[in-house]
Amino acid sequence: MTAALEAHALEFRYPDGRMALDGVELVVDRGHRVALLGPNGAGKTTLALHLNGILRGSGSVVIGGLELNDENLAEIRRRVGLVFQDANDQLFMPTVAEDVAFGPANLGIDGDLLDRRVEEALGRVDAMALAPRPPHHLSGGEKRSAAIATALAMEPQVLVLDEPTSGLDPQGRRELAETLRTLDVTMLVITHDLPFALALCEKSVIMDDGRVVAEGPTKEVLDNENLLRRHRLEMPFGFRAGSSPG
Amino acid sequence: MGAGHAHALYVHEHSLVHHLPPQVKVASAIAFVIIVATTPREDVWAFVAYGAAIGSVALFSRIELRFVLVRMLGILPFIAFASLLPFVASGEQVDVFGVAMSRSGLWAAWNVVAKASLGAATSIVLAATTEVPDILAGLNKLKVPALFTSIAGFMVRYLELMVEEIGRMRVAMASRGYDPRWIWQARPIAASTGALFIRSYERGERVYDAMLARGYTGEMPDLRRRDPSRRDWVVGSLLPASALIVALLARVIT
Amino acid sequence: MHAPDGFLNAGTAVATGAISVGTVSLALRQLRQTINEKQVPLAGIAAAFVFAAQMFNFPVAAGTTGHLLGGALAAILLGPHMGAIAVTVVVVVQAIVFADGGLTALGYNVLNMAIVPAYGGYGAFRLFRRLLPATGSGVMAATGLAGLVSVAMSAMAFSIEWLFGATAPVSFAQVFTGMVGVHFLIGVGEAVISAMAIGAVLASRPDIVAGAADLDIARIGGERRIPLRTFIIGALAVALFLGAVVSQFAIDGPDGLESVAGETGLAKVAQDHALDTSIFSDYATAGLDNESLSLAIAGIAGVMIVLAVGWGILAAVRDRGGDRAAT
Ligand SMILES: Nc1ncnc2c1ncn2[C@@H]1O[C@H](COP(=O)(O)OP(=O)(O)OP(=O)(O)O)[C@@H](O)[C@H]1O
Ligand SMILES: [Mg+2]
Repeated sequence: MTAALEAHALEFRYPDGRMALDGVELVVDRGHRVALLGPNGAGKTTLALHLNGILRGSGSVVIGGLELNDENLAEIRRRVGLVFQDANDQLFMPTVAEDVAFGPANLGIDGDLLDRRVEEALGRVDAMALAPRPPHHLSGGEKRSAAIATALAMEPQVLVLDEPTSGLDPQGRRELAETLRTLDVTMLVITHDLPFALALCEKSVIMDDGRVVAEGPTKEVLDNENLLRRHRLEMPFGFRAGSSPG
Repeated sequence: MGAGHAHALYVHEHSLVHHLPPQVKVASAIAFVIIVATTPREDVWAFVAYGAAIGSVALFSRIELRFVLVRMLGILPFIAFASLLPFVASGEQVDVFGVAMSRSGLWAAWNVVAKASLGAATSIVLAATTEVPDILAGLNKLKVPALFTSIAGFMVRYLELMVEEIGRMRVAMASRGYDPRWIWQARPIAASTGALFIRSYERGERVYDAMLARGYTGEMPDLRRRDPSRRDWVVGSLLPASALIVALLARVIT
Repeated sequence: MHAPDGFLNAGTAVATGAISVGTVSLALRQLRQTINEKQVPLAGIAAAFVFAAQMFNFPVAAGTTGHLLGGALAAILLGPHMGAIAVTVVVVVQAIVFADGGLTALGYNVLNMAIVPAYGGYGAFRLFRRLLPATGSGVMAATGLAGLVSVAMSAMAFSIEWLFGATAPVSFAQVFTGMVGVHFLIGVGEAVISAMAIGAVLASRPDIVAGAADLDIARIGGERRIPLRTFIIGALAVALFLGAVVSQFAIDGPDGLESVAGETGLAKVAQDHALDTSIFSDYATAGLDNESLSLAIAGIAGVMIVLAVGWGILAAVRDRGGDRAAT
């Protein structure tokens, strides 16, 4: 069985010379949810932008057996749904419904089929009521749901979420974890929120300084205090991986 | 030259005017303003009739006249300019309340004030009944190139964010005693302008990335299809048609 | 500088409208061949920036204020075609949505605030770049000078249009000295803001500045920047020098409001006779004791603008490859 997502020997330098990815190796199996952890500036967002060809470095990205190149860029973007770190970057149309329709419309879907896609996507994150509202008037949590719906409407094989819990209150975080758990799709979840990772993802990967430095079952990774400390990560006070709701 | 908060422009209502397809409204507004601008200034009563016409469109759209008038304060600089004309201009002088004024200067002032007010009122009513993305879609339907309207779309989206940002920066400056009077005090403005520019650009770049991630290929998908019916066009032509009749009548009578 | 409806006569509105539509279509045609889609949001941001910056009226001198035109800045950042279009978008949206500047005044407003500053400013920028060192500071200084020149050209273009389309008996010479004089001062603000903005972009994202595409990105970061004080003093000196030159031309024109208001109708009659069949507006040439001097000034200004705009367009068409954005 081919993996849902593979990255090999990925290297990338920003125009100002900063080496953001320095030989990333990553494999995510189909149907799995994997957490991508690491300190600020580790290169997580940069990696996410490589997974559907928005940034192109050297090395290879393979999605569902298809290696990304100039010709199949559109197909790769259809397969990989990206939810950006800041929902304000993701939502730009006048209403949520139009924003959700934007992706599928770019794929050439229109008419009733398009309407159905929009309803379905909003339904999956339980946000049907947001459809007619302008995105900039939504609360942080509502924006996040809408942003996820915009990615789901593309019916991607892999969903990449960049810090989905930032700015959410504790209850919002729990609801988001519940919502994501109901989605039947391969997921790579970038997060600083270790309990959230533990609650949602069976596997975790730690990145630092442009490289993958550790991976394993989330519980084991989060129980290794030395490893966490080395990469500026820590569980909230009094929280232990073994004792959290899993 | 102030542009208010983007949301203060649109008045949410459900009137016939609000529901007209945007391209009809834009075309109608442009035709009306052209007729106004080409009317000779001596036809004073025609301008009164135009004012009544655009006023009734506003009433019909359930926009308060006060809203229109308040927003028209934006043309005050031109009124100030125009009010100088009778004093500055040369030619035959007439006596107004004991002050000598130029006759043609008075006419010129009236010309600018009348046409500028009617033009401004028209734009205000258009913007109050049509949301900005719809206006852009309307322009697109009127054969304005897509490149042009997509730049405008990006611009409008970022305007609001930037206005807020500038407001914050202004408050921050004022609260630290900065009140620029002279050009050499402009350093904080210039410096923060640069920062604002970069911040907005990088933001735009990220939004654009988000669009690419969802398959954007340079042309906005057309999600607002609403082709105008013949009836829409008839309704839309009422304003310019009545203005045209007024203009012709005025020519015949005077 | 946003002129309202009815500010100039209908003929001038139509003529400037034709020039504006023609130039913008040319720019769109050029862009369609070379466009990198990443330029569209960049142009949108630049337009939003110009729009927002125009809400700041900066004080110039006793009671007058000016605002950024932004045409030169946009042209240097985005390339002249995209720059002209971005500022055209600003002017059009201001007119339609914000009632700022009339719809039927769009012909001359677009010409004066977008096309002349963008292409003229870009032409000036290219000239100054040749004279200045090929460094980040050189680009900044050229931007500032181009900004200053673009504002002066815009004011001149406005005055020349007044010569053809005046709707009030204010003479060309009066409009010219008033507009160009005040705008040299406004130009200093434009110069400083444009140069600072380009400087800020160069400092953190040199890869996106079209006008600096020839520079080595890695080197710009290490350079020392020009101190603001030096910059403002330099800009003021240039403005004063140019202002002095212009006022030498215009010194014979009527000065002050009273002298014009005091003119008798006699000069007007004489002039009507002299310029019987002229295409110039009676108003703009009325009340002048020396209309030929005025026309000479208008002619010189007109030639300067056409040369600068033409040079800008030529340069733009020639180095189309320079129109690019981040990759
Ligand atoms: N547009 C850019 N230009 C230049 N350098 C950049 C750019 N974006 C990110 N970087 C740099 O690349 C490195 C990786 O950044 P990235 O955004 O991928 O980190 P991250 O792991 O997502 O961090 P965070 O947890 O803070 O979101 C950082 O050192 C950052 O400074
Ligand atoms: Mg990040």
